[in-house]
Amino acid sequence: MRRGAPWLLVVLAALALVLLLSVGVGARPIPLGRVWSLVWRPDGSSDAAIVHDLRIPRTLLGLMVGAALGVAGALMQALTRNPLADPGLLGVNAGAAAAVVTATTLLGTVDPLAYIWFAFLGAAVASVVVYGIGTAGRSGATPVRLALAGTAVSIALIAYVEGLTIVDREALDQYRFWAVGALGGHPGSLNAQIAPFILAGLVLAVALGRPLNAIGLGEDSGRALGARLVRTRVLGAVAITVLCGAATAAVGPIAFVGLAVPHVARAITGPDERLVLPLSAAIAPVMLLGADVVGRVVNRPGELEVGIVSALAGAPVFIAIVRRRRIAQL
Amino acid sequence: MTAALRIPPRSVGVGLALSATLLALLVVSVGTGEFEIPPGDVVAALAGQGDRSTEFVVETLRLPRALTGALVGAALGIGGAIFQSVTRNPLGSPDIVGFMQGAAAGAVLEIVVLGGGAFAIAAGSVVGGVGAAALVYVLAYRGGVTGYRLVLVGIGISAMLIAVTDYLLTRSTLDQALAAQVWLTGSLNGRGWEHVRPVAAGLAVLLPVAALLARPLRTLELGDDAARALGVPVERARLALIAVAVALTAIATASAGPIVFVALAAPQIARRLTRVAGPGVGCAALTGAVLLVGADFLSQRLFGDVQLPVGVVTGVAGGAYLAWLLAHEWRRGAG
Repeated sequence: MRRGAPWLLVVLAALALVLLLSVGVGARPIPLGRVWSLVWRPDGSSDAAIVHDLRIPRTLLGLMVGAALGVAGALMQALTRNPLADPGLLGVNAGAAAAVVTATTLLGTVDPLAYIWFAFLGAAVASVVVYGIGTAGRSGATPVRLALAGTAVSIALIAYVEGLTIVDREALDQYRFWAVGALGGHPGSLNAQIAPFILAGLVLAVALGRPLNAIGLGEDSGRALGARLVRTRVLGAVAITVLCGAATAAVGPIAFVGLAVPHVARAITGPDERLVLPLSAAIAPVMLLGADVVGRVVNRPGELEVGIVSALAGAPVFIAIVRRRRIAQL
Repeated sequence: MTAALRIPPRSVGVGLALSATLLALLVVSVGTGEFEIPPGDVVAALAGQGDRSTEFVVETLRLPRALTGALVGAALGIGGAIFQSVTRNPLGSPDIVGFMQGAAAGAVLEIVVLGGGAFAIAAGSVVGGVGAAALVYVLAYRGGVTGYRLVLVGIGISAMLIAVTDYLLTRSTLDQALAAQVWLTGSLNGRGWEHVRPVAAGLAVLLPVAALLARPLRTLELGDDAARALGVPVERARLALIAVAVALTAIATASAGPIVFVALAAPQIARRLTRVAGPGVGCAALTGAVLLVGADFLSQRLFGDVQLPVGVVTGVAGGAYLAWLLAHEWRRGAG
């Protein structure tokens, strides 16, 4: 922590800045000073409605989804001891997508609030299946087995989604807009629906920091240090499912945040999961909301969805980190 | 050379069994359809002894599709085996390190923005895939390329390319999106001899090169330092291997679209069948061919009137099979 302390301040300042920008910047130009006063004293004007009904909920959504994705990614990378682990790789996004498309094609669900629950269910089922396959057999859940199981399940589910969307035009039309990943255009009650899940997942994840450190030393050393491997893995899997399921269900699959953020966090703090997990929760919203603000500005009056911006902007940064140094070992 | 390439007897047996399976699958898939042909007549027609209508159905309509499937499957199997060995990571297949995503972005750009025909779409996919692979290699190069950096850079580039594809799909008309989705899934529908020839020619050139590179490939699996100590020019060998794997994958993708899972799974399945630790390029090729021909057979018959692209079947069946394989793996430490 000592060597990371100045960086922590930078991260917190950046978080405050993107929160401010996310409320202050949008399709309709409203002076920042007026936005600030409207936040505290809504005057019933249309500007106040924009700030309170659109921008603040959207910012809170980005904050929650970002934190969930960042922490879930850190958790996955620590659990599987695989620096490549991310919600996309372990099948969670594909599970959510498959459930959403099933709901829209076969059951004809069109209410966005309803298919959020299907996405949540799909994410949960996919991660249980991936974990079940990864841990079956005598050798237990080795990192490579988990990643392979996740890839296998993802590929099967994505092929299933492609099959359904090729046959059903309506489903394809809805799916392609969900699949880009957007923070805008969601119903106002979305935040309240996912907040309990994300908060619970974050608390559980941060509580797992210590046992994860023991696991990070390798299975045998971890066991010698008294880490309860099975319990930690199961609780970790529960936290990942809850966090990714809620985030992906809410805004669609967002590539890259869960993969990149833990690497940045580890570069700052070193490989101590007790610090990496909370720091990931702070860094990920900076990235996600920052990408969202950029998406609102570059293409006015239209928007570039956050999933696209975060991938286009995050990938080069990530590649630069990969090039610059040895990836901090897990 | 001969000592280094000594092939374990089990691999020979597996190779023969896979070849027999492939031939049987080819005969059966050429024989079935709206016009049923018994296997004996298929063989007779192939040998030039059948009647004219049978020969027309076999040689003009069905054989090219089956052969394209077999050749594309083989190319994907070899490409995947090389990629996985070079990156020393079972996930280091072209589906994951950027090639397929580059091909997809190139093709969707062609479909949605430029509105090109079938040839232009295939060309767009090759340019996209090769461009992505080259970009990944260049960005991962830093006084040499290590496997992990290659996979990580590949995942980064993939994320960007997927974003581009998704963006294009939301900005297109629904019909364009549908056409793109069919192409993105990978299909063997309507493949004729004009599709067989380029793949066959490509394989004829690239297979001997891959065979020549088998020894350095096996040595690279031991790690860079060990390979260097054994006298292998590590960087040059790796670049040559990646070039061969990219070329094979490019040919396969241009012919059939970015079919997922074959390049990822064929080497893994072959490895488990032969129980050999190293990259069994030959068995991976045969496994890939069997997988794709079998999947195409199923995709044509399984869903009645709905003709699903073969990529749907390779994805669902292959992904489920790899999962099953992992779940039933009893040998400790494997997988």
